[in-house]
Amino acid sequence: MAKMVALKDIAKVLRSKNSGPFEVTIDIVFKNNDDYKKFMNSGVVTTELIAKLYKLPQEKILTFCGFEAANAFKITIPRRRNQGSIGETDMHAAQQHAPLLSIMIPWDKE
Amino acid sequence: MILKKKEVRVLTPLGMMGYGIPEKWYHKGVEWKPDVITVDAGSTDSGPQKLGLGAMTCSREAYYKEFELLLDTCYNKKIPVFISSAGGDGTNAHVDIFLDIVKEIAGKKGYHFKIAAIYSDIDKEYIKKKIRQGKVAPCGPLENLTEEEVDLASNIVAQMGSEPFIKAMKECKDLDIIISGRSYDPAPTAAYAIYHGFDLGLSWHMGKIMECGALCAEPAGRNIFGIMHEDGFTLEAPNPAEKCKSYSVAAHTLYEKAHPYLLPGPGGVLDLSGCNFEQISDSAVKVSGSKFVPKTYTVKLEGAKPVGFRTICVAGIRDPILIGQIDSYLEHIRERVDEFVGDPKSYELIFHVYGRDGVMGECEPDTETVPKELCVIIEVAAATQNQANMICNKARTELLHYPYEGRIATGGNCGFPFTPLEIPLGEVCKFNVYHIMEIDDPTEVFPIKYLEV
Repeated sequence: MAKMVALKDIAKVLRSKNSGPFEVTIDIVFKNNDDYKKFMNSGVVTTELIAKLYKLPQEKILTFCGFEAANAFKITIPRRRNQGSIGETDMHAAQQHAPLLSIMIPWDKE
Repeated sequence: MILKKKEVRVLTPLGMMGYGIPEKWYHKGVEWKPDVITVDAGSTDSGPQKLGLGAMTCSREAYYKEFELLLDTCYNKKIPVFISSAGGDGTNAHVDIFLDIVKEIAGKKGYHFKIAAIYSDIDKEYIKKKIRQGKVAPCGPLENLTEEEVDLASNIVAQMGSEPFIKAMKECKDLDIIISGRSYDPAPTAAYAIYHGFDLGLSWHMGKIMECGALCAEPAGRNIFGIMHEDGFTLEAPNPAEKCKSYSVAAHTLYEKAHPYLLPGPGGVLDLSGCNFEQISDSAVKVSGSKFVPKTYTVKLEGAKPVGFRTICVAGIRDPILIGQIDSYLEHIRERVDEFVGDPKSYELIFHVYGRDGVMGECEPDTETVPKELCVIIEVAAATQNQANMICNKARTELLHYPYEGRIATGGNCGFPFTPLEIPLGEVCKFNVYHIMEIDDPTEVFPIKYLEV
């Protein structure tokens, strides 16, 4: 059986950020193309998983897409509340990556 | 006819005007002989209160300090300086404050400049006409724009593309300074390269990366230097410790954008799917293959409206007996406050419970950990400051004294670090305009004023 490793220990960058006032975008960037491909092939991060972690229907996910030239994967979702208005908890949406940190990915050494 | 340059050299001293330019590396960047210095001052990232209340991102003093440095270079080295999105939101009022700073410094130091000021406040009647023509659409997951919301917005600006900058450069050949209102962040850099005949895709991509300063380097820094060539552009930071790496530049391309390689902007989409990021030295990267795909010309409108007044109270809880029942306890407090106010629709009461889920709210994945201590921030929003203060006061006194099951600590339920115990926050705003609007001429809604000081 493949060894399971947390996404935080594989990704070079795992960040979230507001993209304008109505969207949160999450970037998962790998240190090289091999790692990117292993992540993509694992099939662990799916729209179902994102919908479950961020408590939204799958069809609300705005972007779910890899960019091989950057060895990066991007997920964009709507904000839960209007940015910087009543009830804000994360103006720059900079901490919204947290639920992904401990997602386990099967990770065999080459 | 503009003679095409062999290359275009751009220095951007930092990603956000007012945040502090590292001077040593700025001067080194100037030694690399830039043709232009571009600085972006704009962002909606820090919230709607700037547009809603007319506040600037940084203080006039912070901008003044950076203007002194930039204008010294502009005057002594004859290098033009383009500054976009004055004050953060780019309203006409903030363009005028930036002009005022330039005049003050020029007067004090005996400098002379030719300046173009480009304005971006959009007339509300013009927007309503566009709504009726069906030429306004949401930019992201939000409602269609209504004429009523247009009226409620304090200020509405549009993000200009490269064309108003290019128009200013054409109309005044020896411009020293451009101060623009709200601009698409890459516009000043892109405009300079496009004006000199370079590829649209490469120009927008170089602008997109440089507008954040050396955030594309590892470690991230401030001053960044870009050189545009026929077949691509190179990036390098004047500070040798900040190294541009192919992966750091590629990763930055995705930064704060909704899609990884399709970046919509004024007049089209930047398509980076065929991009190549090549390491050409230990600290420099060459980017090529960026494509610009023209689309119907649209600009993004931004506006915000005030929605009430807020008061907060910050409280700490350490008693494990209360921490163990915090959810039901706060519901009791909410009921008591509702009863006191009488009209639950007239206000909002939000408990931010740090230590439990203060940051993630309902998306907090860890529901198991029992925290040692909690920080509860009571947030109240109401129609007036007095009302918000009064409701927050009620919630605060209930939180301090209302009994809970098994209580043995009868001195008070929480510890308050700050006075006043209820902290008035003033007016709170909300983005209510974030829509794209079709326009026929990319310069028609951005009037330019020329002046000499």
